[in-house]
Amino acid sequence: MGQIEWAMWANEQALAAGLILLTGGVVGVAGQFKDWQFAAYGVAAGVFICLLEYPRGKRKKGTSIERTGQRYLTVCVKAFGPLTRNYYVRAGLHAVLSVPGGFMLPTVLGCVCVAIASLIYLLAAIRGEQWEPIMPRVESKERPGQSMKEPPSNPPPRPPAELRRKRQEDAAYVNPIPISVNSV
Amino acid sequence: MGNWVVNEGLSILVILVWLGINIFLFVYYYIVYLDERFYYTRVLVGDALSWARAPAACLNFNCMLILLPVCRNLLSFLRGSCQCCSRNITRQLDRNITFHKLVAYMIAFHTAIHIIAHLFNFERFMDAQLEQNETIAYVLSQIGNGDNRLYLNPIRTNETNPTFVAFTTIAGLSGVASTLALILIITSSMEVIRRSYFEVFWFTHHLFVIFFIGLVIHGVGEIVRGQTASSVLTNKPSNCAAQYKDWGKVPDCPIPQFTGNPPMTWKWVIGPMVLYVFERLVRFWRSKQKVVITKVVTHPSKTLELQMKKKGFKMEVGQYVNLQCPSVSQLEWHPFTLTSAPEEDHFSVHIRIVGDWTQQLFEACGGEKKEFQEAWKLPKMAVDGPFGTASEDVFRYEVVMLVGAGIGVTPFASVLKSVWYRYFNNDTGLIPKKIYFYWLCRETNAFEWFADLLQSLETQMLEKGNADFLSYRIYLTGWDEAQAAHFTVHHEEENDPITGLKQKTLYGRPNWENEFKTIAGNHPGARIGVFLCGPEVLAKSLSKQSINHSDADPRGVHFIFNKENF
Repeated sequence: MGQIEWAMWANEQALAAGLILLTGGVVGVAGQFKDWQFAAYGVAAGVFICLLEYPRGKRKKGTSIERTGQRYLTVCVKAFGPLTRNYYVRAGLHAVLSVPGGFMLPTVLGCVCVAIASLIYLLAAIRGEQWEPIMPRVESKERPGQSMKEPPSNPPPRPPAELRRKRQEDAAYVNPIPISVNSV
Repeated sequence: MGNWVVNEGLSILVILVWLGINIFLFVYYYIVYLDERFYYTRVLVGDALSWARAPAACLNFNCMLILLPVCRNLLSFLRGSCQCCSRNITRQLDRNITFHKLVAYMIAFHTAIHIIAHLFNFERFMDAQLEQNETIAYVLSQIGNGDNRLYLNPIRTNETNPTFVAFTTIAGLSGVASTLALILIITSSMEVIRRSYFEVFWFTHHLFVIFFIGLVIHGVGEIVRGQTASSVLTNKPSNCAAQYKDWGKVPDCPIPQFTGNPPMTWKWVIGPMVLYVFERLVRFWRSKQKVVITKVVTHPSKTLELQMKKKGFKMEVGQYVNLQCPSVSQLEWHPFTLTSAPEEDHFSVHIRIVGDWTQQLFEACGGEKKEFQEAWKLPKMAVDGPFGTASEDVFRYEVVMLVGAGIGVTPFASVLKSVWYRYFNNDTGLIPKKIYFYWLCRETNAFEWFADLLQSLETQMLEKGNADFLSYRIYLTGWDEAQAAHFTVHHEEENDPITGLKQKTLYGRPNWENEFKTIAGNHPGARIGVFLCGPEVLAKSLSKQSINHSDADPRGVHFIFNKENF
């Protein structure tokens, strides 16, 4: 299992956990349950976790796939520097955020899920992983012919002039003057 | 005018039937809990009862279905015995993983509704138990305080809270455990995780065992209560509900009695669970059979070829096997397409070295070493399979288009080799009359091991005077200045400078619109099988082309698209 970046899974788990905590909170508030204050907390914490976890980090090896529209959040998350880069901080943050969810039933599931995400982040931190933002790629020089809709069906480069000779059977017309290697 | 019915019709029908059954079960069980028997239950919890029970029925149905598409051996068996069935039906079995995912999403969806409804149920049961005044809710909650068998409200005391109750009832605990297992399974099955860290996906997925255990014991506590049949006769809610203060004191309205529903889920899932256990046993037994590596070949561009023998091994073209190497990892099985033909005395796989397991396998097979390896030094292997995939169908079409991208050419290596052997043996039963083969490749190194095969085929066709049987095109999709210079110098030569074949290498990507048009023009009225092993983007493109170039007229040309997937 040497090549696994645990942070990738921790990220998926945390995002899901944020959504679950949020949903539980909404149920608790909308249904006007007892201890609804914890549900309101669940809503706030859920939203915060979702925003924090939405931008995917850059993978150390391989291509990193962004989530749709994560660019704006990437900038925000990046702005916190070491607080968001370091996974020990994230693990601790999630552990702390999960606790109030345990006080009422609708948010209990969210609480446990966030706690699990915290554990996976802890594992990632121990393995030395970090959150790197996925920055927009510098557009590389366009390959010739990229603007054309259809791919070329013939070899792109033409043979140098001295090797280029018209074959008799291919010619659309017959040259009055025979072409030889030295003709210009 | 495209003909999507030919390509997609049956799949869409299957999905619609499945959705229809889901909707039916939901509505039916919603209405069941509107019955008089549950009148008093609904006094306490309202519609949340129906909203919890309806998705529960759908969950029973979907959990029954979810194990079936992953019984590889069963599906292979069905596919094999379905040779006489129409090609269309066997094609549906190729989409087993897609169906598995759809059912999984449905399970997640219904779980969400079920949990939210039960949150309301718990809260309302708690509220009823906390009632101080003598309301009907109070009276109902007090029933069964003496002997615990006839109670309605599963929360029996007012000195507790819903969270505590959830974690001290069988239903609550098993529900939480199953849901957690489900969430972990889903987050580790996301495409990003699955494609990059297969082991995390595979090991976490085994939490489904906990999921199913939790599911089966979930109803054991029988906490969903309704009036007993006899009680409804003596205490009709329509008459007696208003007189709740006098229950037991008035002869018309004795105290109502309640009982729970026995657990039903096990009846739904026991069949598939047994089938799945059987499936794993078959896999285990097959893996214990002795497998010997007869030859190891290292190819350029980090490809390892293993030739193996196993007693009683039978394969069809384009099938795949799961390989395990105990000295590398005790628990991991990885799928690889077979690149040998059924006519050969061994079977082979070509493995690209991309991750931990493949790298360690490479080293265990002595890939790093230059000198000859003794046979006994090679690692023991276990093989499960072979399992059937779309390429088996290649020989059932008169005209076939085979498209392989990069390493995706491997199933077609098997097909072409088989074609070569059948030609060699003058097999008159050879159905395909024309094969169009497209190989899309990024780098020239990858040609080497395959070029030899194509060269033999080329010679063979020429000798038999049937050079037109196989028409192939190789596309170099990535090229640079140095290569371009090389091509220009050798442009006029008879054999291609890269492959040594008569057929020239082409550059860039194929113009599929033109290819389909030309082939449709060459074979009017034929059924043309299009087989792809390659990336999703290409699959979408070819699928679209197949639909667009198929005639609406049933007698016209039809392109049937088949995609490999793992």
